[in-house]
Amino acid sequence: MLKTFSLGGVHPAENKFSAGKKIEALPIPEQVSVPIAQHIGAPSEPVVSKGDEVKVGQLIAKSSGFVSANIHSPVSGKVFKIDDILDTSGYKRKAIIIKTDGDVWDENIDRSDDLVTDITASSEEIVKKVGEAGIVGLGGATFPAHVKLSVPPGKTCDVLILNGVECEPYLTADHQLMMEKGDEIMVGTQLLMIALKVEKAIIGIENNKPDAIKHMTDLASKYQGITIQPLKVQYPQGGEKQLIDACISRQIPSGKLPIEVGAVVQNVGTTLAVYEAIQKNKPLFERVVTVTGKSVSNPSNFLARVGTPLNQLIDAAGGLPEDTGKIIGGGPMMGKALTSTEVPITKGSSGILIMPEEIAKRGKLEPCIRCSKCVSVCPMGLSPYLLSTVSDKAIWDRAEEEKIMDCIECGSCSFTCPANRPLLDYIRLGKGKVGQIMRSRNK
Amino acid sequence: MNVVLITIISLGVLGALAAIILYFVAQKFKVFEDPRIDQVEEALPAANCGGCGFPGCRAFAEAMVKSDDISDLNCPVGGADTMSAAAAILGKEVSAAAPMVAVVRCNGTCENRPRITQYDGATSCTIASSLYGGDTGCSNGCLGLGECVDACDFNAMYMHEKTGLPVIIEDNCVSCGACVDSCPKNIIELRKKGPKSRRIFVSCINTDKGGTAKKACSAACIGCKKCQKICPFDAITVENNLAYIDYNKCKLCRKCVAECPTNAIHMLNFPPPKPKVEKPAAETAE
Amino acid sequence: MNMLTVSPSPHVHSGDSVKKNMYGVIIALLPAFAASLYYFGIGAVIVSLTAVLSCVFFEWAIQKFLLKKETSIMDGSAALTGLLLAFNMPSNLPIWIIIIGSLVAIGIGKMSFGGLGNNPFNPALVGRVFLLISFPVQMTLWPKPIVSQMHYLDAETGATPLSVMKEGLANGETVSALMDKIPSINELFFGAMGGSAGEVAAAALLVGLIFMLLKKIITWHIPVAVLGTIAVFTGILNLVSPELYAGPLFHLLTGGVMLGAIFMATDYVSSPMANKGMIIFGIGIGIITVVIRVFGAYPEGVSFAILIMNGFVPLIDKYVKPKRFGEVVKTANA
Repeated sequence: MLKTFSLGGVHPAENKFSAGKKIEALPIPEQVSVPIAQHIGAPSEPVVSKGDEVKVGQLIAKSSGFVSANIHSPVSGKVFKIDDILDTSGYKRKAIIIKTDGDVWDENIDRSDDLVTDITASSEEIVKKVGEAGIVGLGGATFPAHVKLSVPPGKTCDVLILNGVECEPYLTADHQLMMEKGDEIMVGTQLLMIALKVEKAIIGIENNKPDAIKHMTDLASKYQGITIQPLKVQYPQGGEKQLIDACISRQIPSGKLPIEVGAVVQNVGTTLAVYEAIQKNKPLFERVVTVTGKSVSNPSNFLARVGTPLNQLIDAAGGLPEDTGKIIGGGPMMGKALTSTEVPITKGSSGILIMPEEIAKRGKLEPCIRCSKCVSVCPMGLSPYLLSTVSDKAIWDRAEEEKIMDCIECGSCSFTCPANRPLLDYIRLGKGKVGQIMRSRNK
Repeated sequence: MNVVLITIISLGVLGALAAIILYFVAQKFKVFEDPRIDQVEEALPAANCGGCGFPGCRAFAEAMVKSDDISDLNCPVGGADTMSAAAAILGKEVSAAAPMVAVVRCNGTCENRPRITQYDGATSCTIASSLYGGDTGCSNGCLGLGECVDACDFNAMYMHEKTGLPVIIEDNCVSCGACVDSCPKNIIELRKKGPKSRRIFVSCINTDKGGTAKKACSAACIGCKKCQKICPFDAITVENNLAYIDYNKCKLCRKCVAECPTNAIHMLNFPPPKPKVEKPAAETAE
Repeated sequence: MNMLTVSPSPHVHSGDSVKKNMYGVIIALLPAFAASLYYFGIGAVIVSLTAVLSCVFFEWAIQKFLLKKETSIMDGSAALTGLLLAFNMPSNLPIWIIIIGSLVAIGIGKMSFGGLGNNPFNPALVGRVFLLISFPVQMTLWPKPIVSQMHYLDAETGATPLSVMKEGLANGETVSALMDKIPSINELFFGAMGGSAGEVAAAALLVGLIFMLLKKIITWHIPVAVLGTIAVFTGILNLVSPELYAGPLFHLLTGGVMLGAIFMATDYVSSPMANKGMIIFGIGIGIITVVIRVFGAYPEGVSFAILIMNGFVPLIDKYVKPKRFGEVVKTANA
């Protein structure tokens, strides 16, 4: 019996078309548009202006608070302008637009491929450097990593959990990273263990990646305190709360963070970025993006610089198919539908999913038949039918009572509903409203 | 016979006992309320819409009775008549507020503003606007999903089939503000109804630069400032590529309406312009 | 390329639909239908066809002429109500009574509350109980199995095991004596007894249950709770006084218990939403059924039990919530 989380969950078709495709570095784009808001928290403040020359890895926007992140230039060239452009949010937001000239990197960055296993940095130094390198959660949530690594006073951490699950269908970036950069991820894990002062690390990997499980298990035997945990193929196995429940059987209480149960979770991509930041002095400015879809002729995993327009990646994967109905940034369960291919890649872009027209539209809306399937699949044990109805009718105090804020927006409920009801649409609306009310109450 | 008599007497006694108990309890737990609150409440329209800013007509009546100065209290549904009637009961002064009406500041009809994507989510403007700027090239424009129409309690709004925009039925609008609050893009504004219901306003809230705005919608305000220059009363300000007419300063001269190159400024309830009379060729030839 | 579609996540769907679930239940009822054909022949066909057609017709007519909105008869729920209603009737019921039953089931039991998804009571049971109270004679004349295969209105009728037990006990006979008068447990399991068209063959109904569980149309909670409670309650009574109270096997295999527990109590709309709530619901049905059967005036209590518990469902849903993630705290920092 494989370990898994306690409540609910669904199993969407996996469709891992790009599995096994080696990571391919994309040619450098002619122009990049780097949004200043690519992470959870306050948008960064630009430290360059129009006309400035920049090198790869140079700081171009600085963190504007504790929960914020630095942003580094992904290319070398000249800053063209700082302007509002359409980004993945669906609105126009500020970005630093740089016209590329050559590929000159910052001198401090170690560009060699050698594995650096010696760790000389102390715990505090690691956390500091992670923050300076602008590392945010690469699983898609983009939470600033140095904040997660800073254990608040009064709480203790006894285990680090790495998220190698990649439970979203279609995406394979993390899978390839584990196969090709396994050693680096292991050293990164050690760095994180030192930063958090823990002796134990568990890497969770879903059972549909047997090669990754074997490879990582072999590597882990060389390192102290790191174990691999194969997990049942169930969505949302990669959700932080569910992953901790599956790996160490601890459930985070409502409204609290993982540190409450002594755990910190980091994505394997983030871990690799930590290795590169500490051991190679390389800040975060590029990432692996899966480009995939049923009609895509060359589904691949590309290493792309932040700020690259989507169309460049799509062209490298064989071009936008004729029957494209929807372009999704991320996976099909939690990704965001995009309106244009000019939108740039950001630190949180885990994948680009092109959906053919025939499956791009929702089914016919019918009245709720009270089948309770949404209740049985909710991984948080909530009642989506109820939360959706009270959000629609604007009964905010009832929504709060029924713990709408516990919802992790995984989409299992809308996925399952036989009546095609837009459950998550209304629940998200309710969460926004109730969150607003709660914040104004605490002022 | 006996049974009937006993029944009548016992029920009668029970009834009398209950009545006496109820009377004394009502007296003991009586809450003293200023009787004027009831009187003022009678004068109010009983719509309980919240347009006055209070939770219901009774609460508004209480506020009127309890405040010394009622000059900033106004019932938009009842209007000046109701306010003066209520003020008369209390012997207080009330200033007549100008009647207001809701105005939809967007003319991005299906013709003017082509759709570039198709929205397939729940039918709610708030949900759509949290997802993206809308299914057209203008991120400020009306989404056409009708949340404002749902919010209106007075049957003063409906969605126009052809244009895809909400329409305000002037005669029913009581300027309670429910539609204004419901619109996530702040497209609807409460403006002065104007003498003879005439008013002029910029029917656009797009803040994109002129070129971008025009590309997305042919009726957009491009921020060219021609209206600001021509206004003899300084009623127009242009900020962030968008013109705005201050309804307190506007004297309804209509010069800006003619000047606007995209017809973004709308005038409502004015008489149609008289047709120009062609002078006969013989007279002009001289 | 056409315009891009934009919608909030998720962007994939399981493919499940209302139609699939309704037709899934209808398929699960096919073994029972086959059994009813075998035991009651033409009568079963006529009753089933009439009920299904009239239910679908009434739903269509009400939606088109009274409500003036799009019809939803293609989703299969009206047909399902018709089939279940038919399975709750004796196979010699006159057509006009069946039509009245369908009208009540769909018109009052379902549409008057707002259509699919809004009815608090199981519509087929509303129809059945209405008929039972309005036409007590016709609703309790049970055709004998097998011999009535070629007969409809003129089918030979006889007592059901339940009525034999009930009347016999009232006359002071013992359970063991009565057990000899009714078919053996084996015959009861396969349905060789008098009863409603669809309720007799426990074996066929159980096949349907397994099908629905495998297809994830229903979960095990309600059927197990109902059958379990009936088994335990009658088991205790039987232990206390074996000659006054019949045993669990008898109660489980006779009357409408199997049909009720598997197909009627599990109706989506009128049953609770949380698993714990479903178990409480099932236990309630079990207790009330046994109380009516053993201590009450009617020989059969399942229909009433389910309808009574249907009334409690909003209360159950309000106070019995599913187990939430993180309720039981096992932390390092607690």
